[in-house]
Amino acid sequence: MDIKTKRKLKGSIALILSTFAAFMGLFWLVFIIFDVLRHGITALNLELFLEDPAPPGIPEGGLRNAFVGQLLITSVATLIGVPLGVLGGTFIAEYARGTRFAQLISILSDIMVSVPSIVVGTFIYAIMVKPFGHFSGWAGAAALAFIMIPVVLRTTEDMLKLVPWTLREAAFALGASYFRVIKDVVYRAAATGILTGIILAIARVAGETAPLLFTSFNNSYFTLNMNEPIASLTVTIFNYAMGPYEDWHEKAWAAAFIITVVILLVTIITRSIIHWRYKT
Amino acid sequence: MEEKVKIQVNNFSFYYAGADKPALKNINLPVYENRVTALIGPSGCGKTTLLRSFNRMHDLYHGNRYEGEILLDGQNILSDDIDLIDLRSRVGMVFQKPTPFPMSIFDNVAYGLRLRGIKDKSELEGRVEKALKQAALWDEVKDRLKDSASGLSGGQQQRLVIARALAVEPEVLLFDEPTSALDPISTSKIEELVVSLKDTVTIIIVTHNMQQAARVSDYTAFMYLGELIEFDKTDIIFTSPKKKLTEDYVSGRFG
Repeated sequence: MDIKTKRKLKGSIALILSTFAAFMGLFWLVFIIFDVLRHGITALNLELFLEDPAPPGIPEGGLRNAFVGQLLITSVATLIGVPLGVLGGTFIAEYARGTRFAQLISILSDIMVSVPSIVVGTFIYAIMVKPFGHFSGWAGAAALAFIMIPVVLRTTEDMLKLVPWTLREAAFALGASYFRVIKDVVYRAAATGILTGIILAIARVAGETAPLLFTSFNNSYFTLNMNEPIASLTVTIFNYAMGPYEDWHEKAWAAAFIITVVILLVTIITRSIIHWRYKT
Repeated sequence: MEEKVKIQVNNFSFYYAGADKPALKNINLPVYENRVTALIGPSGCGKTTLLRSFNRMHDLYHGNRYEGEILLDGQNILSDDIDLIDLRSRVGMVFQKPTPFPMSIFDNVAYGLRLRGIKDKSELEGRVEKALKQAALWDEVKDRLKDSASGLSGGQQQRLVIARALAVEPEVLLFDEPTSALDPISTSKIEELVVSLKDTVTIIIVTHNMQQAARVSDYTAFMYLGELIEFDKTDIIFTSPKKKLTEDYVSGRFG
C-alpha cells in the first residue's frame, strides 16, 4: 500500500468513527426528549396546575403544590446565588485581579462546579436539616444556591476579563472611582455574557433532584411556608415514577414534560440572545 | 512672544513595578499654556510613559514609582495629597484606540459631568452640545444622540471620546497617538481639531508620525531610550536641531 492510499484510508476511518459517535450521542438525546414529549403531552390537563395531589391510588388531583414549590425554591436560590456569584466574580476579576487569592478562589470554584450535586445535598442536610430536626424549603433553596454560586462566579469572572483594559482606563481618566468604573462601564460591557451565565445557572439548578431529596424533601400538601418541607417537580417526578400507580406515572410524565420544555425554552432564548447580540 | 508655563517637569524619573532601571531618566521639560506640545521618538523611548504620568495613570498598577516633580500651575501633582479624581478632571486623556462606553452618544459625553454630580437636564444638554460642537461632531450626531455609540465609525468614535474629555472642561488634554487606528480622512479631521482646541486647552500629543507632529504642534520634545534629548519650537526641531541624534531621527535615518 503506498502512502497516499494509507493516508486516505486513515482519513476515512476517522470520519466514520467520529460520525458514528456523533450519531450515537444525538440519537439518545433525541430519543429521550421525544419520549418525554410523547408521554407528557397526553398526560397534560388543566387540573395538573390547579389542584393538589389526591390520596394515593385515586386518579384525580394535580401537582399545583410541586409547581409552586419548585418556583419558590428556585426563586429563593436565585436571589441568594446570583448576587453572591456576581459579586464574587467581580471581586476576583477586578479588585483581586492577578493575586494568588483570586486564583485560589477561581480554582476552588471550578472544583465546586464539578462536585456531584448530591454531595451538596448531604452537606446542607448536615448543617440545615439535622440540627433543626426537619426538612425545609430554606434548606432546599440553600442547596440550589450553593450549586449556582460557583457557576455564576466563574462566568462573571470570565466575562469581566473579556472587557478590554483600555475601556477601564478611559473611565479612570475621566476621574471615575473603581466602583463607578465597574458599575457604569464594565458591567454594561459584559452584561450579555453575565446574564447568559445567570440564566444557564438557573436552568441547571431547576433540573436538580438529588440535592432536594435531602433538604426540601417533599410535601403532599400545598404550602408557601419555607420552614416546612416543600414539594418540587423533580422530586415529585422521582417519587411518582417509582410509585405503583398508573396515574402517578402519567403525572410524572407530565411534570417531566413541563420541566423539559421550560428548560429547553430558557436555553434556546438565551442562545438566541447571544447570537443576536454578537451578530451585530 | 511671552509663553506661560502650564506644566513644568523637574528632574523626573519613572520606574515600572519590579524594574530596577528607570523607564524615564531625569526629564526636564516645560509645557506652555494654550500650545500644542508633541512628544516624538522611536518605540520604547518612553513618550507614552511620560504622557501617562501627567494624569497619574500609572497609579492604577501597583509598584510603579515616580521621582522628581511635575508642577501643574506650580503645584506638584506627584505629591501624595493630590486628589486623583480632581487631577483627572483637570487633565483629560484620549487614547490610541477609540474607547466609547457601551451607552448612548449623549450618555458618553455626559458621563464625566454626571460623575461630578451634575444632574440638571438642561445643563447636561447644554454642555453635551457644546462639547460635541467643539469636537466637530455635533452636525453628524445631533439627530441620534440616543443611539448607541458603538454604531459610529472609528473616526467619529475618536471625536466622541474627545468630546467626552472636553465636556468636563479640562485645562490640559493628553493625546496618546490618537490617529494611529484611523484612516487618512479621519486623521486630518482629528488634526484640525487638535489645532483648533488649543485656544481653550493646553495639549500634549504623543505621535509616531513625524509629519503629524510638524503639522499640529508648536513645540516638540524628542525622546530616546527614556531620556529627553532635545526640546524646542517645532520648526527648529525639524529644520535645524542642535543634536545629531535629533537630526538623524527627524530626517528618517532611524526609528
